Amino acid sequence: MTKQIKILGSGCAKCQSLTGVVKDVVSENNIDATVEKVEDMMEIMKFDVLSTPALVIDNVVTISGRIPSKDEVLALLN
Amino acid sequence: MFDWAQYLADWLVYDVLDLAQEQHLAEALHFFIYDTTKILILLFLVIFLMGVVNSYFPVEKVKNYLSRNKFYGLEYLMASFFGVVTPFCSCSSVPLFIGFVKGGIPLGVTFAFLITSPLVNEVAIGLFVGLFGLKTTIIYVISGVLLGTISGIILQKLKLEKYLTPWVKEVLANAQRDQDKFQAEKQSLKQRLPIIWTEVGTILKGIIPYVLIGIVIGGLMHGYIPQGFFENYMAKDNLFAVPIATLVAVPMYSNAAGILPVVQVLVTKGIPLGTAIAFMMGVVGLSLPEAMLLKKVMTLKLIAIFFGVVTLCIILSGYLFNIIL
Repeated sequence: MTKQIKILGSGCAKCQSLTGVVKDVVSENNIDATVEKVEDMMEIMKFDVLSTPALVIDNVVTISGRIPSKDEVLALLN
Repeated sequence: MFDWAQYLADWLVYDVLDLAQEQHLAEALHFFIYDTTKILILLFLVIFLMGVVNSYFPVEKVKNYLSRNKFYGLEYLMASFFGVVTPFCSCSSVPLFIGFVKGGIPLGVTFAFLITSPLVNEVAIGLFVGLFGLKTTIIYVISGVLLGTISGIILQKLKLEKYLTPWVKEVLANAQRDQDKFQAEKQSLKQRLPIIWTEVGTILKGIIPYVLIGIVIGGLMHGYIPQGFFENYMAKDNLFAVPIATLVAVPMYSNAAGILPVVQVLVTKGIPLGTAIAFMMGVVGLSLPEAMLLKKVMTLKLIAIFFGVVTLCIILSGYLFNIIL
């Protein structure tokens, strides 16, 4: 099943680098997933996160406020 | 503790490069080598320690704690104190603000947290110890926490809820205490260490360029500006020095890493510590970019009041520093 990945963030440097990490992991491991960047504050608030960037996989917030390593993202996706 | 760094700098500048002791270049270079070594080590230590603390007290936990418990007036101090141990990226200030409001935390308490967090954090503390020593650091941390607390109390008294933007008011109307229970991660320190470790790396990588540039500028000023140069302009008895330094600083933005090495040199060249710290707090604590971000949740009037109150408190603490130090 295709995984829905969302990256929440207002567009700051940290959010860009989280997007980079996630996209790399997805393409390097041929994971069936869509990556969407959410910059709208109202949308972000629906997830009840306090600090960005945040990583949302299939509507579950898995990481917030920090940039995970590639291995960590891969483990979360599997 | 850092005698060896002193010897290292002596050896590199006077023996290896064979520069004479009185030369400006030699002095500037010596300052650079000694300060860089010392500061980077202290930064590493403080950031690591705070990383461990933060791993056990993430901001979600702080929010739930403040939201669920009653503190009978002490909540401002608590929020301000939590601001020290939970660093957050300035781009998170909007989600953080909303999250606090949603959890039924009073506006003033939220402000106390938001004010202290950028002023007193792991980077500022590490640099402060390296540049000014432990005693000044402790005074700075205490006054930073008090500044957040007092500003928070004043802002609460002003009843500013009506100046929030409409959608935030809606959030406020639906606010409820004790909403989501925080899922505490049951992890041992050993499991947490790799994550803390990467965080320390990211933070250090992010600030090292600023620290180096700050120290280079500081080093140049150190070697080339004569001792007591600023005393004529910013003497302690000049009552306007503190407000002017603060007002100039508010629109500017730099993080603590870039501004502190410069502030330290200003102090050694004769600017009173209180004036210099007021300047630094103005630069680090308030800025135009931050005001732009907050526009999403606050009306201009509220932003103006918020900035006004904090600026006033910074000026007061600048005077206070000049009197007690």
